[in-house]
Amino acid sequence: MRYLTESDIEALAVGAAILGTGGGGNPYIGKLHCLQELRRGARVPLIGVDELADDAVVVSVGGIGAPAVSVEKLEEGHEGMRAVRALEEFCGRNATALVAAEIGGGNSMAPIITAAQLGIGVVDADGMGRAFPEMQMTSFSIYGHRSTPAALADERGNVVLFREVQTEQWFERLARASVVAMGGTAVGAEAPMSGAYVKRAGVPGTVSQAIALGNIVLDANRKHADPVARICAHEGGVHLMDAKIVDLRRHLEGGFSVGSMQLEGIGRHAGTAADIAFQNEFLMFRRGTVVEVCVPDLVILLDADNGHAITTDVLRYGQRVAIIALPCHALLRTPEALAVVGPAAFGLADVAYRPLAQR
Amino acid sequence: MYRIGVDVGGTNTDAVVMRERSVLAAVKVPTTAEVTTGLMEALQAVLAQAAIAPAQVGLVVIGTTHFTNAVIERRHLAPTAAVRLCLPAAQCLHPMVDWPADLRAAIGEHIFLADGGVEFDGSPISGFDAARITRIGQEIRARGITSIAVCGVFAPINDRYEQQAARLLAEACPDAAITRSAAIGQVGLLERESAAILNSALLPLARRTVAALREGLARCGLACPFFLSQNDGTLMAAAHAERFPVLTFASGPTNSMRGAAFLSGHKDALVLDIGGTTTDVGLLQHGFPRQAGTTVDIGGVRTNFRMPDVFSIGLGGGSRVHGGDAGAEVGPQSVGYAITRDALAFGGAVLTATDVAVAAGRARVGEPARLDGLDAALVAGALARIDRMLEQAVDRCRISAEPLPVIGVGGGSILMPERLGGVAVTRPEHYAVANAIGAAIAQTSGEVDRICMLEGSSREAALAAAEREARDKAVAAGAVATTLVVVEREDVPLAYLKGNATRVRVKVVGDMRI
Repeated sequence: MRYLTESDIEALAVGAAILGTGGGGNPYIGKLHCLQELRRGARVPLIGVDELADDAVVVSVGGIGAPAVSVEKLEEGHEGMRAVRALEEFCGRNATALVAAEIGGGNSMAPIITAAQLGIGVVDADGMGRAFPEMQMTSFSIYGHRSTPAALADERGNVVLFREVQTEQWFERLARASVVAMGGTAVGAEAPMSGAYVKRAGVPGTVSQAIALGNIVLDANRKHADPVARICAHEGGVHLMDAKIVDLRRHLEGGFSVGSMQLEGIGRHAGTAADIAFQNEFLMFRRGTVVEVCVPDLVILLDADNGHAITTDVLRYGQRVAIIALPCHALLRTPEALAVVGPAAFGLADVAYRPLAQR
Repeated sequence: MYRIGVDVGGTNTDAVVMRERSVLAAVKVPTTAEVTTGLMEALQAVLAQAAIAPAQVGLVVIGTTHFTNAVIERRHLAPTAAVRLCLPAAQCLHPMVDWPADLRAAIGEHIFLADGGVEFDGSPISGFDAARITRIGQEIRARGITSIAVCGVFAPINDRYEQQAARLLAEACPDAAITRSAAIGQVGLLERESAAILNSALLPLARRTVAALREGLARCGLACPFFLSQNDGTLMAAAHAERFPVLTFASGPTNSMRGAAFLSGHKDALVLDIGGTTTDVGLLQHGFPRQAGTTVDIGGVRTNFRMPDVFSIGLGGGSRVHGGDAGAEVGPQSVGYAITRDALAFGGAVLTATDVAVAAGRARVGEPARLDGLDAALVAGALARIDRMLEQAVDRCRISAEPLPVIGVGGGSILMPERLGGVAVTRPEHYAVANAIGAAIAQTSGEVDRICMLEGSSREAALAAAEREARDKAVAAGAVATTLVVVEREDVPLAYLKGNATRVRVKVVGDMRI
């Protein structure tokens, strides 16, 4: 167990954006908020999964809503705390640690902010090891945990408690409707999990992983070194291609930003063409007609110069990018996980998932 | 009628006289600390060179980096009150939270939060509390502060509360100058608010500077309307610039790229602006610089202005050249403006990029004979290095395999080879004053940038409505309606919002009525 430092938070913002695989929202606002909590004297322990007591009461916390709203209507600041308190009151027991549902993007920061205010720790794990667009797409849900009872809090002091829902999809549907009524953003806290369950179903070590990734990039920036190779070496990843975006199509579909981009190789990849499909996050990398990587493995676009993540909302023609792939955790590769987060779950019915880790 | 374009840079003030599409005179004089003297010198010299009377001039456009430099150097910034309309939202991070400490200290921490924000669909977050705004105004007045920035949550969607707050604050503080965030920025609270605060902090300097420019023009007998060029290469009336100095922040690179487009006749091209120390590379699309997509950092502050997407490298005419184990090194250190004193070809003792270009016969300046003893291998190596740096910079800015023409401007463009990446390079006449020419030819614009709910209507209908509005704005700003063309038209869907929320942006530009 160790305490998170300001430099951890700076690195986490960079690394979480990379694990966001193009989505998850920008961690910038959350980072500023976290730093402010730490500067006010809060100390937040980062609890390793192996240090977690089996009877620990772990609550997952995350922001839900539209990234475009979250950069404009910033939080009141204690939304997460109100959601956790409401849940504790309903369940009759207090959370002893928080965990991120989604390490990728802005939601890496939400549990840390709330933990700082509650005076408890954050588990070094999450439910995705990356970002996904829907709330039921967590390893916690996939392996049997029911998200309800759950609480949603907005900036006004409204708290909605979801006492009973019939399926995880119903929860996603009802929670989204509430978030829209709340003005597009809210913070949610979901049914407490036991420490034993988080050990079994959580993607372990992802907070440390994001911090390490961020430190690799920041260190390479200071030394004017190439971060891409070092990221791949550290994470067992593959440097797929250096490329330029030569065409970009996107539209809205069911509230998601859906689209694809055409890529043209540059440098040692000159002469090759590829494309990437996305739905908030990057879903699939295809070179020519061959699908090389797809969900749940991570397809990541980095700025070719500085190694920082490029998100789907800032994609533009002509951008020079390095495309890398990182293997997802084994928990996301089982048949039951692939049914929820595999290619078919994203409408890529004819794509067969070939795990990156087994090549 | 004639038009005059002026570029008031950190080192030089350039001025040109133009009629229709021809450049009749061009001068370069040193910039002076109090602007007026240098400006008058440049104006008098250029009028004399063109042999015209001041009364024959119908329009003067001035580009200046004055306000950008004030922020970067933390000088001439007024203490400013930041009033954010947001409660109960957005209390978690206060205005200026991500600014460098020295800049925050220069502005003072006069921060006020109040009700009056709206949701993304324009409905109120919590209503509006007029009495609270008036009390804030009284407090600001009591503190003796006369610059105020007001920023409401989602004011770019609906700014009725921002307007009401500005009126109440003006009543409570009759001497204060007020900036409303919706007048200068887009969605992204911290970035837009920071821009509004910087704008307010610059207002006293803006008033003084515009007055000094106006006086300089008057003393030269120029009674015609005068304009300042703004970030996007179009112009704004001096009275507007007095209220929105931040809109001039990127006019420097924009003007040189627009000047390059005009001088070369190319509307789609890559532009290399090579100065004494750095080279800026940017892409022209339809005669305008391509805009950066994300936030832009000014003096350590994140803003979301539309700025040209310019890539800079440390190579210029004054770049120092060293022999090394890995071959010749060029830059990033430079003798800068002292090149005519320090470079070998001018009798100095420093080997510069310009000397290499002269020794190789690429450029003709100074006294080539002074370079006779130079090591031929070093010259060849340095030249190859320069070409490689330029080639890489140009390649970075390409967005397709299409072989776009490359245009070189700026005093340092004598370094350029004849071809870069297989494409012929042009260096048009008057390349050294492309900046001032970019100012002189500035057009006027109208822009609409907003979030629309497309449910029940179509993208095309929203874009068409935005285009009509942008055209009306341009005409109101002085454009000739028949010359208006659409230069930007885009719609970006926003994820996770109901009603198919889409950001719609249309910009039209046209010639100014003279």
